[in-house]
Amino acid sequence: MKGFVGRHGRGVLGLTLAALVLVAAVAAPLLVAHDPAQTDFAAGLKPPGTPGHPLGTDQLGRDLLARVLYGARVALFIGVCCVLLTALVGGLLGLLAGFFEGWTGAVLMRIADVQLSFPFILLALTINAIVGLGLRNIIVSLSVAGWVVYARVVRGEVLSVKERDFVHAAQALGLGRARLLFRHVLPNVAPSIVIVASLQFAQFIVAEAAISFLGFGVQPPTPAWGSMLSESRDYLYVAWWLAAFPGAALALTALGINLVGDWLRDVLDPRFRV
Amino acid sequence: MRAYLLSRLGQTLLVVFLSLTAVFFLVRLGGDPVLLFLPMDIQAKDLNEFRQRLGFNDPLALQYGRFVGHALHGDFGESLRYKNDALQLVLSRLPATLALAVAALGLTFCVAVPVGVLSAVRRGSLVDFLGMTGAVLGQAVPGFWLGLMMIYLFSVRLGWLPTGGMGSPLHFVMPCVVLASFYAARMARLTRSSVLDTLNEEFVLTARAKGLAERIVIGKHTLKNSAIPIVTLAGLDTGQLLGGAVITETIFAWPGLGRLTVQALLNRDFPVVLAAVFVFSVTYTLINFGVDLLYGWLDPRTRRRA
Repeated sequence: MKGFVGRHGRGVLGLTLAALVLVAAVAAPLLVAHDPAQTDFAAGLKPPGTPGHPLGTDQLGRDLLARVLYGARVALFIGVCCVLLTALVGGLLGLLAGFFEGWTGAVLMRIADVQLSFPFILLALTINAIVGLGLRNIIVSLSVAGWVVYARVVRGEVLSVKERDFVHAAQALGLGRARLLFRHVLPNVAPSIVIVASLQFAQFIVAEAAISFLGFGVQPPTPAWGSMLSESRDYLYVAWWLAAFPGAALALTALGINLVGDWLRDVLDPRFRV
Repeated sequence: MRAYLLSRLGQTLLVVFLSLTAVFFLVRLGGDPVLLFLPMDIQAKDLNEFRQRLGFNDPLALQYGRFVGHALHGDFGESLRYKNDALQLVLSRLPATLALAVAALGLTFCVAVPVGVLSAVRRGSLVDFLGMTGAVLGQAVPGFWLGLMMIYLFSVRLGWLPTGGMGSPLHFVMPCVVLASFYAARMARLTRSSVLDTLNEEFVLTARAKGLAERIVIGKHTLKNSAIPIVTLAGLDTGQLLGGAVITETIFAWPGLGRLTVQALLNRDFPVVLAAVFVFSVTYTLINFGVDLLYGWLDPRTRRRA
């Protein structure tokens, strides 16, 4: 039992945190009576503990708890979309580039190199500033900036997997290339895709918040944690709770997902085990 | 060695050129910057004249050719907002960013390496637990939130530190801690696992069997051999630090390249954006190049391969 706690304790903690965020996102309308966009100018900037507003209200009198809970929806939605898009596109490109070495693969990896020679957050920010603001565009920007990691990792894995005996055997048996690729190579690189996805998930959510914080990305009045933090800066002297709670929600979400990611890596990839 | 240096130089030039090209075309797809700089009630005739003067009416290929030609001479045009030479403006902000990045990197090393080594050597102890818990938290807490909370605590409540700007050593404290927190956390974890790996090597066993003091076994034999992954990460992180500076500089009103870039993006000041991209990618690739050279010094085995 002690061994289980030692090895899986952090995974359990991470899963618990992630599950809490998921519940907050899915059940937000059931958990709070307030609409996150409902303004009440008579009740602006009320501190936490005010009856009816456990976390207080913002400058427009909107209920902070409702906004933080609905913010989980925005964060998870963006995170999930980005992870699915990048895993699909990056994974597929990496798979093809590794399986069919040749000039297309080489060109692809050059593009990946160029992209990796630029800080991720700055790249996503620049793309977002140019393609435009809003929920859809932030997903596009983060995905365009993030696919290379999968392509790199998957390609490397494929290069080694395809030289293994069982692949040669399947090839000798006369299997088609598509079948070889998707039935024999893909399952063997899938754990890497899952690991990268779990580690990228939190990065996407934090990057989205950072970009929205800078004034790009998701725009008010959508209750996104990043733009809430951005607005809170103007009230830092009078209302600390506007900065404290959305940020804490963001940090706990990232923590939960990171812990799950670390744990998945330990369990799925024996090479990383100490 | 010379062939290697030349190929690295070619690679660097390619990276810089491709990133500039990508940003140039993205920017042109992004709409008309001229509209932002003229009053709302401007006549269509004046608008067109303004565009003509700035060259926005020419075919895209011609604009691109002109851009590349000028860029080769280090001329990215004038800032649409400040009316200064864009590259000059960007370069004038670079020292502030580099100062912050170097300070943050120094802090990262000073905190992360001792914590990581101690956690590895005293594996399973309280030190290990606290160090690694701190590292996991440090990786999860977003820098810009940490920054806001620190401003609230140390500037608003306690009044110990300035909220932003640059000038005294005190101005460095918060931006530096905020910028370093994530990287220090990651580096501490990597140092720990790298040292744990090295401790299993036979030369460590030999060193211990010789009766060397534990201080020397760890400090000399283990640490230098654990350094490769740490230096690699530090190299990658120095580039990412430049990216992280974008956010940190905005929070603390630090007059550096990151803040200038964010403002230029908000103002659609494209000459400055392009010059900033240029400076960022050159700096980043130069750092990685430096890291590659460090490998040869740290691990003679890589010298033969290169």
